[in-house]
Amino acid sequence: MDITRRDFTKIGCKIIISAASGTAIVESMFTKGIAAENPPEGYDWEKHFWGYVVDTRKCIGCGMCASACKMENEVPFDEEVYRTWIERYRVKKTINETREEEVEIDSPDGGIEGFEDDIPAEEIKKAFYVPKICNHCDNAPCVQVCPVGATYTTKDGVVLVDYEYCIGCRYCIQGCPYGARYFNTEKGTADKCTWCYHRITKGLLPACVQACPTGARKFGDLKDNTSEVKKIMDEERITLLKPDLGTKPKVFYIGLDREVR
Amino acid sequence: MLENLIWGYVYPNESEIQWSILIVLYPYITGLVAGAFIASSLYHVFGKKEIKPVARFALLTALSFLLVAMLPLLVHLGRPERGIEIMFTPHLTSAMSGFGYIFSFYLTIVVLEIWLSFREDIVNKALSSHGWKELLYSSLALFSFDISEKALHDDEKFARKLAIIGIPSAAFLHGYVGFIFGGIKANPWWSTPLMPIIFLMSAIVSGIALLILLYIAAMKIRKHVIDHKCLQSLAHYLWIFLILDVTLELLEIVSMKYASREDIDIINRLLSDKIGFTFYGVQLTLGIFIPFVLLLMVSLIKNRETLKLYMISISSIFVVIGVFAMRWNVVIGGQEISKSLSGTLTYVPVFYSQEGILPALIIFILPFIILLVVTSILPPWKDMEEEPS
Repeated sequence: MDITRRDFTKIGCKIIISAASGTAIVESMFTKGIAAENPPEGYDWEKHFWGYVVDTRKCIGCGMCASACKMENEVPFDEEVYRTWIERYRVKKTINETREEEVEIDSPDGGIEGFEDDIPAEEIKKAFYVPKICNHCDNAPCVQVCPVGATYTTKDGVVLVDYEYCIGCRYCIQGCPYGARYFNTEKGTADKCTWCYHRITKGLLPACVQACPTGARKFGDLKDNTSEVKKIMDEERITLLKPDLGTKPKVFYIGLDREVR
Repeated sequence: MLENLIWGYVYPNESEIQWSILIVLYPYITGLVAGAFIASSLYHVFGKKEIKPVARFALLTALSFLLVAMLPLLVHLGRPERGIEIMFTPHLTSAMSGFGYIFSFYLTIVVLEIWLSFREDIVNKALSSHGWKELLYSSLALFSFDISEKALHDDEKFARKLAIIGIPSAAFLHGYVGFIFGGIKANPWWSTPLMPIIFLMSAIVSGIALLILLYIAAMKIRKHVIDHKCLQSLAHYLWIFLILDVTLELLEIVSMKYASREDIDIINRLLSDKIGFTFYGVQLTLGIFIPFVLLLMVSLIKNRETLKLYMISISSIFVVIGVFAMRWNVVIGGQEISKSLSGTLTYVPVFYSQEGILPALIIFILPFIILLVVTSILPPWKDMEEEPS
């Protein structure tokens, strides 16, 4: 049989195209259910929209929240990874020549064990704690940058990772402006706070909110006008972290100072 | 020990650097690909005859590096076995999701371009050899042995068209790598619209420099005379692109410093404490200013070919080192500042580990081995064979 170069190219192209589409079809048949499309059983994610309030004036830096989180979500205690942590800010009295304030920021072990007094009280002008947690942004950069769509926003406004899909490229960790994400070495995937999605979909509070002894952390449904979080949103003056980045966070802060980023 | 590596306050989750030396290698290798391809198109598209001796060699160089370009990414993944998902279920808002497609498209163009420019040789080899060699070259010729004048003319026309598509794709391939970093608004050291074009210029610079070095090495190995006209022409283009490159790199720094936004303190600390040496010393001085002066002298000096050869070689070595430093300063530098803007951390490379120096070295040596194999199957030096050495 005599075939010309043109015919050969045509046949070759056809084989390549059918092989590629065939593989794609077979692949899609065997792909398991996609987490981003399936809410937990018995839970209607259209009915809720979650929000989180941190009243920094109430935080005493005890670390119960961060500790409860690690236990609840099996975040390794011996690794430097946190779904939530507490930062301590201490503004010193010493003012240097440039009039700039000297601010000591720390979060030893995420604040799990509390904080040590390593600066004499008389040297400190003011001090406060700031609990940090994933902001579950409405316009989440981590969701935007995930190359396979393994990170997604649920209908009720929670940003989650599908551990069955994540390829572990860590682009989301680079993309998060808040340092809320970490790499789970055991799973080989990215990981982060879920606002205890397994709890809130059963009507429970996130572990950190449950553990907070002073009520500095509050969690609730923004679609429910009677919820405490919604009331605070409606009545208090609220700030966000890094609002200029346009991420539209859903963790709302009361009493943030200018040093906090 | 960890305390010594951290200055100020970094978010607790930031204590480990996520993108290691492998991710430094990835833009470096794709840059060499894009640069080598653009060098070859100086002949194929713009008809610069003096580049002809290296035009086909440049294509093979581009292919050899392109074939390993995705390796550092794959090795770096937490779940490499799922890497293919980027092709099957790409999430299109991600700058990274296009990688598989752009890579494949570009690979197709490079392979076709090579096939067309080598077809005549392949057919001749197929017709003149026996046994497994005949089979090899016949399959490479796709069992089509038409090398009539008309067929060759058609080939040439098609190759030119392909190269014209190839230039924007090469530019896109690498500009896109720049956007992977430039699009990250969380990181003040990365987030700049200049990033893609800076990446592209440094890619062209590194690709031409690599081509110069490989060409000189190949001629030495083959004990063949160096075509000084070709070499000096390459050096001339290297010089022009160095100017564009340094203009953009300085523009970025100057505008950052001049605008002095919230992040300027941490950027200044990065430039003075963390990457001061690799940025001002290696990237700018060694990698740009010294080659710039040397190449300027090359274009001013008359005759003295051996001296010029040394000056061009030294410039090229400095340029490839300087561009590696540039990739390092972007990838590692960007991660050495905390997004809290209140602290810095230090990347300490490990030798033996999945993301260590060893796999990086292996991956970087691979394209040279591939190039050796490919040039032995498809010798790109046809035009010089007749000349006496």
